[in-house]
Amino acid sequence: MADEPLVLGIETSCDETGVGIVRGHTLLADAIASSVDEHARFGGVVPEVASRAHLEAMVPTIERALREARVSATDLDAVAVTAGPGLAGALLVGVSAAKAYAYALGKPLYGVNHLASHICVDQLEHGALPEPTMALLVSGGHSSLLLAPDITSDVRPLGSTIDDAAGEAFDKVARVLDLGFPGGPVIDRYAREGDPGAIAFPRGLTGPRDAPYDFSFSGLKTAVARWIEAKRNAGEEVPVRDVSASFQEAVTDVLTRKAVRACKDEGVDHLMIGGGVAANSRLRAMAEERCTAAGIRLRVPRPKLCTDNGAMVAALGAEMVARRRPVSHWDLPADSSLPVTEPHLPGKPHEGSDGHGHSHDGGHSHDHVHELSRENLYS
Amino acid sequence: MLLLALDTATPAVTVALYETDGDRLLAASDQTDARRHGELLLPSVDRVLREAGRPLQEVDRIVVGTGPGPYTGLRVGLTTAQTFGAALGIPVLGLCTLDGIAYASGLESPFVVATDARRKEVYWARFADARTRVGDPAVDRPGELPPDVTAMPAVGAGARLYEEVFTGLRTDLPLDQSAAPLACLAAEKLAKGEEFPPPRPLYLRRPDARVPANYKVVTPR
Ligand SMILES: [Zn+2]
Repeated sequence: MADEPLVLGIETSCDETGVGIVRGHTLLADAIASSVDEHARFGGVVPEVASRAHLEAMVPTIERALREARVSATDLDAVAVTAGPGLAGALLVGVSAAKAYAYALGKPLYGVNHLASHICVDQLEHGALPEPTMALLVSGGHSSLLLAPDITSDVRPLGSTIDDAAGEAFDKVARVLDLGFPGGPVIDRYAREGDPGAIAFPRGLTGPRDAPYDFSFSGLKTAVARWIEAKRNAGEEVPVRDVSASFQEAVTDVLTRKAVRACKDEGVDHLMIGGGVAANSRLRAMAEERCTAAGIRLRVPRPKLCTDNGAMVAALGAEMVARRRPVSHWDLPADSSLPVTEPHLPGKPHEGSDGHGHSHDGGHSHDHVHELSRENLYS
Repeated sequence: MLLLALDTATPAVTVALYETDGDRLLAASDQTDARRHGELLLPSVDRVLREAGRPLQEVDRIVVGTGPGPYTGLRVGLTTAQTFGAALGIPVLGLCTLDGIAYASGLESPFVVATDARRKEVYWARFADARTRVGDPAVDRPGELPPDVTAMPAVGAGARLYEEVFTGLRTDLPLDQSAAPLACLAAEKLAKGEEFPPPRPLYLRRPDARVPANYKVVTPR
């Protein structure tokens, strides 16, 4: 439908420079430049390397997305950008670009939440999100169960990891196994040829008195490392395939068990899974099995939309426009610890809250100075 | 020709709008807050354009300070300038930030410009006069600079910070980067048909190649 909002979304919270363009629920372009190869030898994302790469890739990626979508920038209804959470210096490149682009084109700006974007991207795959949506977000930075009655204004955390994120555990186990970085895809690959029942690794926080929706993967990571070390000390070969399969099984077992339980407890008949770990083949298969058994409809976007990308930001931006949410202002901050309960960062309500205009009187304060002041963005 | 100049390579967030016909500064904004470049820059641009009553779409060239400067702030200005250029389809001209400070000094004889590079270092360059840099900018500990450099007349907040080293500090001259002289310098160079460096960052240091101990990426593959 031509009257659905045409939105360009920019994502730079980690090591992907993503620019996506959507019209309502329709994906028109999903351009990505990744600096992952530059980080591989460090075994993790190096913030300064990521930020430098974002600056180099920003304008070319915007232009590539426009060509891919075959739209003119002047036809855009809004520009959306990940305002947080993420790496402070990396976020700032995207936020600066989005502001400059929106300002130069005279378009409204929406600073949106990275996690809510991971959920909203499913609208590009499976149409409008059911309300409420139950979402399991699993990535290198987060493992959360979220209940979203309205993805543009009401996202409630039910539980999250109390230590490592699921993706972090994949990276760390891959490091112990000398499989390189990032760990997710390579463990997934080895696990396909291994026996998931070979080693009984612990399932964290699954006791009767444990928080029902919280996760813990630190104990699992340590148990795997100890098991491998014992093998090596005994001079035995480490069965990489079985370790990968058994570790992956422990992670996906806990994730899907808790997600299905949350759906049942809250009376929600849909489950959305997003974030980089949602690309894991065993997680997808196990979730499908358990959801089917519980009468829950599973919604998982294709892998490219699960990992970080600009289309997800555009998708949430389009929803903000469709629901006439207040726009962000030109002093929009990059907030590295933006809470999931804030799907976007509107300007002060009395200034430019009609969903179209911007306030142009500078100098007003905002609620996130305290978040930024913890680290000096100058260096 | 209408020039919009901006620079975020130092603690200053500075923007100026300059009309080359008649060499007139139309409006300018200078703020200093090392922690909030990202929040302050666009509102400053907006304020400057409104004050001059000229919309961004009338601007013919973007002029941007390319540093050297501490990374995060530096990138705010460069990202903004590059994106303005792409959105408006106009050229973006880079200028070394130290050249702007040198130009503002108006000095006619040799001197050194130094800015704070943090980590007990300065970004610095020597100049033969306000318009002529001698060699590339560098980053060093002030105490390790050659004595003939530290004895020169010195300009800039880096020289002020290490006043005991830069014995020729000129406290009577502007210390901070300002977009108004930067725009003026650009206008001069344009009039002479001179080349500009590309609008790309002068980091002068390799990135800290270390993953934070408690690193949290948002999504792995
Ligand atoms: Zn993510």
